[in-house]
Amino acid sequence: MIARVFVTLKSGVLDPQGEAVKHSLGALGFEGVDKVRQGKLIELQLEETDTNKAEAQVKDMCEKLLANTVIENYTIELS
Amino acid sequence: MRAAVIQFPGSNCDRDLAVAFQKACESNKPAEMIWHKESGLPTGIDVIGIPGGFSFGDYLRCGAIAARSPIMQAVVDFANKGGYVLGICNGFQVLTETGLLPGALMRNAGLKFICKDVDLKVETTNSAYLSQYQKGDIVTYPVAHHEGNYNADADTLKALKAEDRVALRYVDTPNGAMDDIAGILSENRRVLGMMPHPERLNDTQLGGTDGHKLFQGLVEGFVTA
Repeated sequence: MIARVFVTLKSGVLDPQGEAVKHSLGALGFEGVDKVRQGKLIELQLEETDTNKAEAQVKDMCEKLLANTVIENYTIELS
Repeated sequence: MRAAVIQFPGSNCDRDLAVAFQKACESNKPAEMIWHKESGLPTGIDVIGIPGGFSFGDYLRCGAIAARSPIMQAVVDFANKGGYVLGICNGFQVLTETGLLPGALMRNAGLKFICKDVDLKVETTNSAYLSQYQKGDIVTYPVAHHEGNYNADADTLKALKAEDRVALRYVDTPNGAMDDIAGILSENRRVLGMMPHPERLNDTQLGGTDGHKLFQGLVEGFVTA
């Protein structure tokens, strides 16, 4: 089973990298981009085949290492 | 005073920090150097230094992997028992990642690595580390970081201020840090995390000795305790 973890900054946290990307898009002539938030994708290949167990396992990983919940949120996708 | 310095792959201020501890120490005892894979600390250690650098290549988040290395559980236990822990630069990032200090260090607001001397205001002297300074003193330490932008939620900031736990503030904030925060103390005032490097201005041959008082204060704290 593949787990994809998306880690993003919490909404109230300033994202200077996202801001820089937004400015650069504007400089290239792309209009109408109101906001850019940059995050990361972590892909895990798991031995677990049970979806519920896998989700619990990955959630634990997120809380303990993959995300810093002081400033970041995470979502998990399993496939 | 017996000091220990933790070494991670990618630490690069570990020896400077060890020299600074040794220099301040009356007995001139060298600091113990402890590899991150150790699971315990030698007995009789009074203070642990978490050095600057780029532990584990700053992979995932600065300090994140180091904070989960075997030795850090021993450091957390040591701090929870009232031990002194000083985290400088990457060491500060490691301490926030362990939860020993609140908040997080984010990418500098200007997105640039900043390497220069900065002026800092001593905000409290109610801690061994800062006991040799006067409140309001302006000191100059170097900074060298890409992620020094201190961030915490409103409640945490309020608590830090109410409990007089902001140790140092930038006079002219270079990195976007909230409330100009350059260094903070734990609740028991024995864990100090700071982005600037006092250990790099600890000898006239290196350009100044502004940082020496911090280590001296720590040693005095043990003499009088």
